[in-house]
Amino acid sequence: MAAGSTYTPIATTTLGSAQATVSFNSFSGYTDIYAVCAPLFGSTSNFQMTFNSDSGSNYSNTILVGNGSTAVSDRQSNQTRIVAGYNGTSSSQKPMYQISLMNYANTSTYKTALIRANNAGSETIAQVGLWRSTSAITSIQFAMQNGDNFQTGSTFTLYGIQAA
Amino acid sequence: MLNVISGLLSGGAAPAAATSYESIATVTLGSDQTEINFTSIASTWKHLQIRYVAKANVGSNYAQSISMRFNSDTGTNYSRHAIAAYTGGYASTTSFGDASQNIINLFSGASSTNWNASTFGAGIIDILDYQNTNKYKTVRSLAGAESNDASTLVSTLGLSSGLWQSTSAITSITLTSNAAFKQYSSFALYGIKG
Repeated sequence: MAAGSTYTPIATTTLGSAQATVSFNSFSGYTDIYAVCAPLFGSTSNFQMTFNSDSGSNYSNTILVGNGSTAVSDRQSNQTRIVAGYNGTSSSQKPMYQISLMNYANTSTYKTALIRANNAGSETIAQVGLWRSTSAITSIQFAMQNGDNFQTGSTFTLYGIQAA
Repeated sequence: MLNVISGLLSGGAAPAAATSYESIATVTLGSDQTEINFTSIASTWKHLQIRYVAKANVGSNYAQSISMRFNSDTGTNYSRHAIAAYTGGYASTTSFGDASQNIINLFSGASSTNWNASTFGAGIIDILDYQNTNKYKTVRSLAGAESNDASTLVSTLGLSSGLWQSTSAITSITLTSNAAFKQYSSFALYGIKG
């Protein structure tokens, strides 16, 4: 079996000042995109992402949450973004999101995101999100659900994984 | 070094450095197929990872599990545990386990044909220390299928662990579901060096 080196760093953004959105617009030639995001929140909110500037009600997700005492699940249909997270995240907590965008350029299928989110101060999360579009994902935008800024020092890194 | 210099002089990005994560093989279906086989897996790597999108050719409102077998072993040498979210007209969290199975059922990364034709489930399976002949083999999986349906179609998110009670090095992997995988399902095998 042939093997080719992959898992390629594409871009990293470290915020030097507070900023409302972080976008990645240049990634091609891969099978999956893997994002590692460590945003810092200045207010209680959730983390969200949209693709290709699509603000239509084309997103949905199912989520599994362990909050320290119980495991719960929930879902959201016909949303205007994938909410990566469940409960709000306060400024004193440091969440991390690992997001796999599976077959993101496949024009025959809708796009599925597999998400693991951790916030040691409150919860651990596993999640599946769907963007109902057969368009290749050409841009990703991360934001806080309440519209506030990500704080200075927030980091966002994109990797590309290319199948043989 | 020469490639790096060449890339810089041409104004393009420098070539990426080689990583310890390597693509081994990929199967993308042009038509329905009952099972996916990765064979002749070398001992080059420390761990394996399978990343997939999948739909099973079964008329069901539920997402379907991906089943895994190693080295064509059909004995009752497999077990699994999982925690999962089911969400259709309700939201339910469940946990379960099975011992002495003849396959590892990883919950639940394939959509079904009752779902939109373009909706596929997805999953990531890690096979840890697959060539170690001193211990049994452990796998873990994160998988999900999201339907955008709040009433009938049951979206699923699952975290699974699996065990193959064998000290043999894994040299082949067979993946199946409750029915054939549909066209456009795709399975990619990667190796991670130690």
